[in-house]
Amino acid sequence: MKGKWLDIGGRFLALVVVFMFFAVLVEGGKFYTPRNLENLLRQSAVYGTAGLGMTLIIITGGIDLSVGSMIALSVVALSWVLNFGGSTGAAVVGGDQSAYLVYQHPVLTPILAVGAGILAATLAGLANGCMVVGMRMMPFIVTLGTMGVIRGLAKGIAHERDIYPPEATWIGGIMDPVLTSKGGAGVLLPTGVWILVAGVIVMAFVLRYTRLGRHIYAVGSNEETARLCGVKVGMTKLVVYTLAGFFCGVSGLMQFSYIGGIGQPTTAVTYELFVIAAVIIGGASFRGGEGSVLGTLIGALTITVLYAGGQQMGWPKWVQEMVIGGIIILAVALDRLRHRRVA
Amino acid sequence: MPIRLEMRGVRKAFGATKALRGVDLSVAPGEVMALVGENGAGKSTLMKVLSGAHLPDEGQIFLDGKAYVPGNPLHARESGVAMIYQELSLAPHLSVMENILLGIEPKRGPLLDWRAMRQRAADALREVGLEQIDPATPVQTLSIAKQQLVEIARAVALDCRVLVLDEPTSSLTLQDIEKLFALILRLKSRNISVVYISHFLEEVKRISDRFSVLRDGETVGNGITGETPVPLIISLMVGRSVDELYPRSHRTPGEVVLEVKDLAGVDKPTQASLQLRRGEVLGIAGLVGAGRTELMRAIFGLNPVVRGEIRGPASWATGAGMVSEDRKLEGLAAELSIADNLTLPLLDWWVWPSRQQRACRPWIEKIHIKCQSPGQRVAALSGGNQQKVAIARLLHADVDVLLLDEPTRGIDVGSKAQIYRLIDELALAGKAVLMISSYLPELLGTCDRIAVMCRGRLSETRERKDWDEHQLMLVATGQEER
Repeated sequence: MKGKWLDIGGRFLALVVVFMFFAVLVEGGKFYTPRNLENLLRQSAVYGTAGLGMTLIIITGGIDLSVGSMIALSVVALSWVLNFGGSTGAAVVGGDQSAYLVYQHPVLTPILAVGAGILAATLAGLANGCMVVGMRMMPFIVTLGTMGVIRGLAKGIAHERDIYPPEATWIGGIMDPVLTSKGGAGVLLPTGVWILVAGVIVMAFVLRYTRLGRHIYAVGSNEETARLCGVKVGMTKLVVYTLAGFFCGVSGLMQFSYIGGIGQPTTAVTYELFVIAAVIIGGASFRGGEGSVLGTLIGALTITVLYAGGQQMGWPKWVQEMVIGGIIILAVALDRLRHRRVA
Repeated sequence: MPIRLEMRGVRKAFGATKALRGVDLSVAPGEVMALVGENGAGKSTLMKVLSGAHLPDEGQIFLDGKAYVPGNPLHARESGVAMIYQELSLAPHLSVMENILLGIEPKRGPLLDWRAMRQRAADALREVGLEQIDPATPVQTLSIAKQQLVEIARAVALDCRVLVLDEPTSSLTLQDIEKLFALILRLKSRNISVVYISHFLEEVKRISDRFSVLRDGETVGNGITGETPVPLIISLMVGRSVDELYPRSHRTPGEVVLEVKDLAGVDKPTQASLQLRRGEVLGIAGLVGAGRTELMRAIFGLNPVVRGEIRGPASWATGAGMVSEDRKLEGLAAELSIADNLTLPLLDWWVWPSRQQRACRPWIEKIHIKCQSPGQRVAALSGGNQQKVAIARLLHADVDVLLLDEPTRGIDVGSKAQIYRLIDELALAGKAVLMISSYLPELLGTCDRIAVMCRGRLSETRERKDWDEHQLMLVATGQEER
């Protein structure tokens, strides 16, 4: 147990070092203004939330490449419902035939929209799980396929256009900065960031203090042992992939707000790479059996700091990309070295 | 008579384990030499020395009178020594000809000469009686028996002088065995020396000219097969005294807790029935690959059951637990803690790590698991202590039926003795123990009743006093139908 905290501490230290690097080099102390700090957190929230599910999957020894597509599906499903209920504005889809309930109680519309976004992504995750478990296919192949299928579905629902909801709702505001706006000082951080914090706490608890959590580690560490010990390996994986879909759905709410309350079917492309990188930097291993949500949170922050830092330093895009890629390789190489020492 | 292959005083140790303690072997050209011995007698180590995978610590090997010191498997092949292992080593996706000529592909300039390749492969196939097979067929579409012949064809294409066959019939049907024997006779007539490793003495009797017995890493006897009765070979194989390792309290078996009737799995077992009673240890003897593990896995629901009936506890929830024969691949999650491994079968919805660890402490003390704390990674423990963790899992779950597959494999003598004592205590406390072992003294020492598995069939169960090593070996090698 001590070793685990040491491990997390080391990763946190690396994050601090990266942060200090930019804090010193970005001129005028702009990197550590409250506003920039808040921005870093907002950006991390999307990766971090999706990363919660990815952490579970990678602990079981799997992978999910459809994360970006599931986020987009959530964004689109959400906007579609907003438009469905909306009576005014330029409705793109389904504006004329609406449920009676929605007309009578307009307050329900955003709630239904949130439900639809999360549900759509959760079902997508469930589909991933069914194929991985039921048809015994490699998770890499399954999710490589669904990455395209789900993205296509999102585009289809949106008729390959951005969906503009008829009116602004509270969903569009969950990622709005609060430090710099007048009304929000009381809540300290944007709602989305709080959701991430809550998610990290809940999932850290689930992994450590529930049977499901211990089974997830057992399946990833040695699937045969888990089976011998009566663990329902298939069911565990199914739950994990479904949860990953759920977290992508939540992440989609944040993304919706982050990109300005638009239902953009082409959003979150290549996010899976950032999310996987965050999980790996956070200490998970592709061989399974290892990883923690706290580590993933630190990983997501590290990726965001690197990204934002590079931008604010005015590095060209190609340098930024090379730096981030290099850091991922470095993180994994360090892990390997550490493992060799232990073994 | 000239000698093709000669080994003199070959020794090999791995750390403190002496795998080979003096092996002498000589094979003449065109001779079939049978190498027999129990599981763990050192046959596979000897093969690895011959193939260049291990360097011997001491001793000399001569090939056609010249010193032969293979540095690696490629060197062995080039010297004309070919090995056919139990697990075939073909590339399943490649064609027959690519496999036969792998590493010695004929070339024209920098390019492969496909026509010559096809020709040479076809020649080799004809040698082994597989002329009906198109050399371009992917290997994975062939039956196991044909794949084995392809592998022998590869040896032929290499112009091998010594062919070593390790348990070549273990996965063959009777018909295919006949074909293989015909081929061995043909190779003999071409003056190739064959070293034939097998448990099955009736095969040894049929095919070999001479035999050599290996026991505990030592050559303990050899002779001309035709002049030696099978019982004499068996007594050479098992000739050991049962030591004082095995405690056995006076036990009185109770009612039947687990009953297996006419059980058949997908491949093995083909037919198995047994009754396991409270307060007894029931042993299953047999050779590796006879289907013992498959039987136990079928009982425990890990392998599908095709036919038959299982009555009684057969899962963790109903009061049964199993120890796997393979700690590394299946038995334990090496990267998880002792506590996690031990408590995995029966976790509540909520898991408190401190409580988990507390629950482990009594077992760690009771069966002397040497560790720093219950939170320690299993990988950090010695083999014996790892095995104790795997067994403690059953104790913690307090199961009534214990299924133990090779519970003392690969562990030190001290830990073995502790495990035997534990098994005795459990039986005395009214638990039912079903135990697989390849080590006959262990079975005779710990069990109350024993059944023998041979080629997928389980013999009738008999009292221990009605068995001796000789009898067990006779039934296990298919000499005697029970």
